[in-house]
Amino acid sequence: MSSEPQKPVTDDTILELDDLKVWFPVHGGVLSRHVGDVKAVDGISLKVKAGETLGVVGESGCGKSTLGKAIMGLVPVTSGKIHFESERGKVELSGLSRRAYRPYRSEIQMVYQDPFSSLNPRLSVQEIVEEPLKVHQTHMSSEERRLRVEELLEKVGLRREQAERYPHEFSGGQRQRIGIARSLATNPRVIIADEPVSALDVSIQAQVINLMRSLQRELDLTIVFIAHDISVVQHVSDRVAVMYLGNLAEVGRTHEIFSAPTHPYTRALLSAVPRPDPDLKREKRWVLEGDVPSPMAKPSGCGFRTRCPIAQEDCARDVPVMATVGDQHRAACPHAGRFEELLEERSSNKGS
Amino acid sequence: MTEVKIGKSPTQMALKRLRKNLLAMGGAVIVLIVFFLAFFPSWVVPHHVDGSGIYTYAEQFRTAEEYQKPPGIPGHPLGTDELGRDVLTRIVYGAGISLRVGLVGTAVALLIGLILGSIAGYRGGRIDALISRLTDTFFAFPSLLLTIGILAVFEKPNEVVIFAALGFVGWPGVARIVRGQVISMRGSEFVLGAKALGQSDFRILIGHLLPNCLGPVVVVSTLMIAGNILAEAGLSFLGIGLPPPIPSWGRMLVDSKEYWVDMPWMGIFPGLAIMFTVLGFNLLGDGLRDAFDPKMKD
Repeated sequence: MSSEPQKPVTDDTILELDDLKVWFPVHGGVLSRHVGDVKAVDGISLKVKAGETLGVVGESGCGKSTLGKAIMGLVPVTSGKIHFESERGKVELSGLSRRAYRPYRSEIQMVYQDPFSSLNPRLSVQEIVEEPLKVHQTHMSSEERRLRVEELLEKVGLRREQAERYPHEFSGGQRQRIGIARSLATNPRVIIADEPVSALDVSIQAQVINLMRSLQRELDLTIVFIAHDISVVQHVSDRVAVMYLGNLAEVGRTHEIFSAPTHPYTRALLSAVPRPDPDLKREKRWVLEGDVPSPMAKPSGCGFRTRCPIAQEDCARDVPVMATVGDQHRAACPHAGRFEELLEERSSNKGS
Repeated sequence: MTEVKIGKSPTQMALKRLRKNLLAMGGAVIVLIVFFLAFFPSWVVPHHVDGSGIYTYAEQFRTAEEYQKPPGIPGHPLGTDELGRDVLTRIVYGAGISLRVGLVGTAVALLIGLILGSIAGYRGGRIDALISRLTDTFFAFPSLLLTIGILAVFEKPNEVVIFAALGFVGWPGVARIVRGQVISMRGSEFVLGAKALGQSDFRILIGHLLPNCLGPVVVVSTLMIAGNILAEAGLSFLGIGLPPPIPSWGRMLVDSKEYWVDMPWMGIFPGLAIMFTVLGFNLLGDGLRDAFDPKMKD
């Protein structure tokens, strides 16, 4: 592991999730009885290292946004722990009340998906970007805040005069830059970016991503980059975590995940990425069938077994555990090592 | 996107649209005239007014024919009433009373409605259910009947009692609109963002949610002012409004009904005053509704 000179290497981990579960109770009937739970996040253990970009990828509804919100303390944690290595020492965020969480919010900030609903239309850019300062840097005078906002705007590639304008006067990409400026106002160490570019045009996506990358280098940020677009994640992430139905399927360094995917779901995701290669054989791609099961009624055992091309009998029985399959590379599939073999077996059974 | 124009807030853009609406501007002119009369009555009419009313002729003439004058005579362009009081003077001084009742009654309704509506919308759950059922209950009463009921509790209704009664009857309309607006924005990302910053619920309500209710609230308030002016006139007509000799427009209508055949001007002019004032507020309110409509683009 390479240690960076400017950082004291004590513990590399800045954020650690330990068997995190976020279940939303569902009430139904006349008496609003508790009829079940939506298991949005269902037991995730994950470490985020200081200074890295961790990509979290998965289909819609796999719980990746809920994961981000749980870290931000915006949804109640059902069980499990979130450890954060704050400037004031190690803290367990999951047990904190809203008031107790507040001092740590200046260190963890969020960038949101929809650049149109994430900025209050009635506030000027100045008011939007300075809001975190008003909450956390109460000693700042309005003149100091104005200067700080101008500095932030220039940092994200906007002009300082634009502070007087209102959100409706900006394009989607510019609005997302404003959102990034707001998230940087308090000099945070961790940014949770929840689908920050999926609402943008492809050409604008690249600009915003490059901005985030250069800001990360400049400000020594740790970024949790949540996205459903696997090629975007590949581009920005140092490591990738693949989620399926509230669970982690696979975690590893980006190049390893993409060059040697282990979990059948990761393989399916990667094969679904369109590649500009006309000679690519059609047979080499295989497509997932069926829909994601409801997170209210998850299959027993492995959540992916209903769509898995190599599902075995024991998959319905045992919940797969994350097992090490390489250097810093873990996957939750006991049969992953025999993927080709099992796939071959199945297709020959189908043929006969 | 044009880079030359300076930043305009949504409110400023709505006001710009309002200025282009001729009918609404007509309404605004009427409203301004009423405000002017209310604040500077002595600039408009020369006759003196004291707290008890205007007596110019009654002491000097003996027979009714001598002091009950039709419109058009010098010094009394709208004639005099049954006691010889100048009708124009009473209408001008009545503007202040109508406006006070309309504005303060609406302000009371806004205060209650904003607080209860925003709490219901933001908190949700049981508190929302409780407040919403309360507003439903208030809506179930005919509003005039409810006002009469409240006023009946007091022996001598004065202005403050009427303000409170009108506000108490009008708040459910405000509460319902504010609740709907707050619910529609409660889950939006900018509210989530404010929470993620660690803003308190109170700050989120004051700084983020209520400013976004501005448009609908301004519209409903303008229309409510008109409604309250009418309600006060109605109450006075029914004899439970402000006591004589206060020159309220409704009061003048009541007083005129005995002399309707011989002195129709006693009723016609206060009636016209009520009509134009209410029309003015309604035109302005409709214009504001169009101007604040998010679907409107200029």
